Amino acid sequence: MQPQMSALDLILSGDPTLLAIVRLSLIVSLSAIVLAAMIGVPLGAFLALNRFRGREAVIVVINALMGLPPVVVGLAVYLLLSRSGPLGTFGILFTPQAMIVAQTILVTPIIAALSRQIIEDLWLEYRDELTAMNIGPFARILTLIWDGRFGLVVALLAGFGRAAAEVGAIIVVGGNIDGFTRTMTTTIALETSKGDLPLAMGLGVVLITIIILVNAFAWTLRRAGERLAG
Amino acid sequence: MRAPPSELPIRFDDVTFDAGGITILDRVSLTLGAGAPTLIIGPNGSGKTTLLRMAMGLLSASSGRVTWDGVANRPPIRRAIVFQRPIMLRRSVGENIRYSLKAAHIPGDRHPARIEELLALVGLDGMAQRPARRLSGGEQQRLALARALARDPAVLFLDEPTASLDPAATKSVEDIIRAVAARGIKVAMTTHDLGEARRLAGDIVFMHRGRIVETGDAASFFRLPQTGEARTFLAGDLLL
Repeated sequence: MQPQMSALDLILSGDPTLLAIVRLSLIVSLSAIVLAAMIGVPLGAFLALNRFRGREAVIVVINALMGLPPVVVGLAVYLLLSRSGPLGTFGILFTPQAMIVAQTILVTPIIAALSRQIIEDLWLEYRDELTAMNIGPFARILTLIWDGRFGLVVALLAGFGRAAAEVGAIIVVGGNIDGFTRTMTTTIALETSKGDLPLAMGLGVVLITIIILVNAFAWTLRRAGERLAG
Repeated sequence: MRAPPSELPIRFDDVTFDAGGITILDRVSLTLGAGAPTLIIGPNGSGKTTLLRMAMGLLSASSGRVTWDGVANRPPIRRAIVFQRPIMLRRSVGENIRYSLKAAHIPGDRHPARIEELLALVGLDGMAQRPARRLSGGEQQRLALARALARDPAVLFLDEPTASLDPAATKSVEDIIRAVAARGIKVAMTTHDLGEARRLAGDIVFMHRGRIVETGDAASFFRLPQTGEARTFLAGDLLL
């Protein structure tokens, strides 16, 4: 029980190391979610509203990419960003930026695939009305994204869950450098392997709490929105 | 009010529409001009809704030609439609109408007054802030009418707008349709309710099996139908 008490102490005392790790984790995961949403939602909308040769194949690939193994993504990003890689000149390997890139790649297919499904379902419902109102292609997409916003929040939450819980990719491209690229998940993995459980357990509690709070906030927002907008 | 083009008359020239190997409309020729409401009647599956959707421009003919004021493939600028089960956008009643006003490029400074005017016309005054999807079926149908009228249409298509409404809601929708027609907007409406057709129609288009069997002045049609099919339909017998 001693490790649990120590973990609780770390949380309650606002341990600076723990707070720095939590802060970096949130920056990395939330940045990745924002970037993935900026790519994934328009991509999902494009696939939902357009018919072209190879569309089905693209959808299958994106759906399959939802299950991308994080370590493989980490390896691919590592090869891209390493000094001899095509993007090596940016010099961001073993930095939080590299971790954001890796998590964005992991999360984008989830958001794109779920967005496509949500927007396509809504398009089937709205198609006649929007066509009758002579709504142009860009305005259609904006309308469907806005009216599908409550469903899209769930897509973003799924992406956040994936990013926040991920360890394989960021440990490869971030290097788990103390005080610089160490996140909650990579620290939990490291401290557990060292047998130092209090910090690992404290971070585990914080991570789960954050995920629950984010979901609770999104749920409350969704319910309030539905009450107001129907 | 904006100036024409009115998009009328709408002409069907020998129009056929096939879907899935089935002929839904069979060599239909028809002209919808300005004037009293035109009621398109006929049994289920006769092609009424398809005719209406094609007149709106939502479907393309397999053969033949549809023109709006002499122009084919004309975008729906001054025509509007209310579907049997209208889709409420996921926003408030007022915002549903505002969306339609924006789509019709009505200047924003005119939106508040126009929204109030339209809500009053359809009897939804004071409900601008209510979520549209929480309205009753009859209220949703009236909001759909307001949203369609926000486009300042020259012609308004109504696809069985009272099909799933109770008598009180049906009466309020029919009252709005009369008010709309009195403003000079051409109403073209489908129904399989003969009572409703008698109450609203100026002209009748009677359809059966994808063909227009009979057209003409409503009073004459109901008094003295010219075809056996129309007589059977009006008698309430099964039309096979």
